[in-house]
Amino acid sequence: MDLTYTEEERDFRARLREWLGKTLPELPARPSPDDWPGRRAYDLGWQRRLHDAGYAGLHWPVDAGGRGATPTQHLIFLEETERAGAPYVGANFVGLLHAGPTIAAEGTAGQRARWLPPVLRGDEVWCQGFSEPGAGSDLASLRTRAVRDGDAYVVTGSKIWTSHAEVADWCELLVRTDPQAPKHRGISWLAMPMDAPGITVRPLRTLAGSAEFAEVFLDEVRIPVANRVGEENDGWRVTMVTLSFERGTAFVGEVVACRRTLALLARTAKANGRWDDPVLRRTLGRLNGEFGALWRLTQWNVSEAQRSGGVPGTGGSVFKLAYSHARQELYDAAAEVLGADSLSLEEEWTLDRLSSLSYTIAAGTSQIQRNIVAERILGLPKGR
Amino acid sequence: MDFQPTQDQRDLRAGVRDLLAGRYGREALRASVDAGGALDRDLWRELGGAGLFALRLPEERGGVGLGLPEAVLVFEEAGRALLPGPLVATHLAAGAVPGAAEGTAVVTAFDLDGPLVAHLGDADAVLGEDPLPAGTPVRSADPLTPLWRAEPAGGAQVDAYREEGALLTAALQVGSALRTVELAVRYAGEREQFGQPIGAFQAVKHLCADMLVRAEVARTAVYAAAVTADGAEVAAAKLLADEAALRGARDCLQVHGGMGFTWEADVHLHLKRAWVRARQWGTAARAEEFLAERLLEEAVVP
Repeated sequence: MDLTYTEEERDFRARLREWLGKTLPELPARPSPDDWPGRRAYDLGWQRRLHDAGYAGLHWPVDAGGRGATPTQHLIFLEETERAGAPYVGANFVGLLHAGPTIAAEGTAGQRARWLPPVLRGDEVWCQGFSEPGAGSDLASLRTRAVRDGDAYVVTGSKIWTSHAEVADWCELLVRTDPQAPKHRGISWLAMPMDAPGITVRPLRTLAGSAEFAEVFLDEVRIPVANRVGEENDGWRVTMVTLSFERGTAFVGEVVACRRTLALLARTAKANGRWDDPVLRRTLGRLNGEFGALWRLTQWNVSEAQRSGGVPGTGGSVFKLAYSHARQELYDAAAEVLGADSLSLEEEWTLDRLSSLSYTIAAGTSQIQRNIVAERILGLPKGR
Repeated sequence: MDFQPTQDQRDLRAGVRDLLAGRYGREALRASVDAGGALDRDLWRELGGAGLFALRLPEERGGVGLGLPEAVLVFEEAGRALLPGPLVATHLAAGAVPGAAEGTAVVTAFDLDGPLVAHLGDADAVLGEDPLPAGTPVRSADPLTPLWRAEPAGGAQVDAYREEGALLTAALQVGSALRTVELAVRYAGEREQFGQPIGAFQAVKHLCADMLVRAEVARTAVYAAAVTADGAEVAAAKLLADEAALRGARDCLQVHGGMGFTWEADVHLHLKRAWVRARQWGTAARAEEFLAERLLEEAVVP
């Protein structure tokens, strides 16, 4: 059990820190959260800077255009960028953390050459067309259907909770290609160009008041068969590859952000007198312990992935369960620190509190994660 | 960085698990209960011979010369087996109290948050105390932890041991927490109701999943604290391990239903011991206050 970093890793951290110190002051002002075109331009600009400095696709394999960095180096990257207050992955989230790794793992050479470089360079944005209004956590019950017509699939149906749909170039789309097959077997994974005729995007307003994501309606959209990643009707397996990446690494950098928020909360409480409340003080202390442990759990999972060759395991579900609940408790504590001001939407922590409500739902609800932990780790029987 | 245990560390843990499974299985555990928690001196010497107490004593002083990471792996196994006795205090006394390292002496400590001391009747020494204080027996909630009411004569000089004591106690708690997950999962897979194993019901499944999540987070915290020996990490480890053990045992009891409420089921033994350990070497309140103060000292990048 060794938590020290090698000389190579320390050197990597030092060079990254130096680059961040030089680059971050040059960045333009952040656009408002509702300005989607502005956010797209800002996030792609950040991605281009990462690319030009050699930090794009750090954790991707070299033959996919990445740097082939070790999981530990990726961890250092996430830690340092978050600590320095660098832009979050933003509009590049799906491209870099979902669709990209999936195409890298499952795509043909031609598909990798077509789709991966623009993600790394910051030229193209991807969105995720997995969820459907009727499907929810039972993802495999999706109904959007694709009918083969010559060298194209004709796709009709609708998707929901699609972040960045308005400004995306591509959508990783799950469609039903065999309605007769058992529900997990008749699904295919397609790359859909978002400018194809027949696509309508309607923004959805979240409880936080922002147009965070959208509904996407598909009316006889023609998608070339060549855009299918993996075999026809093998999309569920391809999707599981994607989801393991999502749970394995997608939340890592945020733990660092939560620890920073917690320290700021403590200072604020000390300044406004709320620190004298022992219940609040002990809550903050407990959260300090929890987020410290979650950071160590991240290092544990990364070490495990490094030993097993880089594919994240079910430890991601354990992490996500603990993290998503701790994050909500963090913002409940922030409300206690703010007092009545926590009712004001002018306060950033109030908006963060509202946003944190999605954490136990998005990327697999806590209930689904518990089923995964119980069935796949503990080996309990499957329920009906 | 490679946070995973080394092969040597894995072997050590497996060796201790095998030793305890052979020497302190369920029959021995229930015999301890029947004996009112009186210590088995032969077992204590065997534990000493296996290096449990001398583990961190340098080799030139007759010890094994290992560190805190190895110690927490060993104590995790002791917690899993519900091994009774003042294990932490005797381990901390190795090298300071004659016979502690070898297991020929039983050493306890004023480590509880109050005037009670465990295993005083079996003790040859009390850590930081000389002479051995007199005490009055108290009926103990935990059948494996006899308690005495006693006043420390020398002012209970245990502060120097507090952090290591808390960390090793946390390791015992983690072992117990992981064991209660196993007990609950096994029972949930065997016990049938409404025509299927109760483990197929989400309500039961989710109890078990949460038990594992708490135990795994606590285990990582304990391992990290063993590597860094940082005060805040030790406090977090104790806090999270206490909670994992306490709530784990309660959930395990719940999964066992009526059986869980009986003396015959081992679940209550885990719960009661977890209650004792949660009071040893620092409470949740103390850990939370310490961790809160630490927050104010952290450098914050705005």
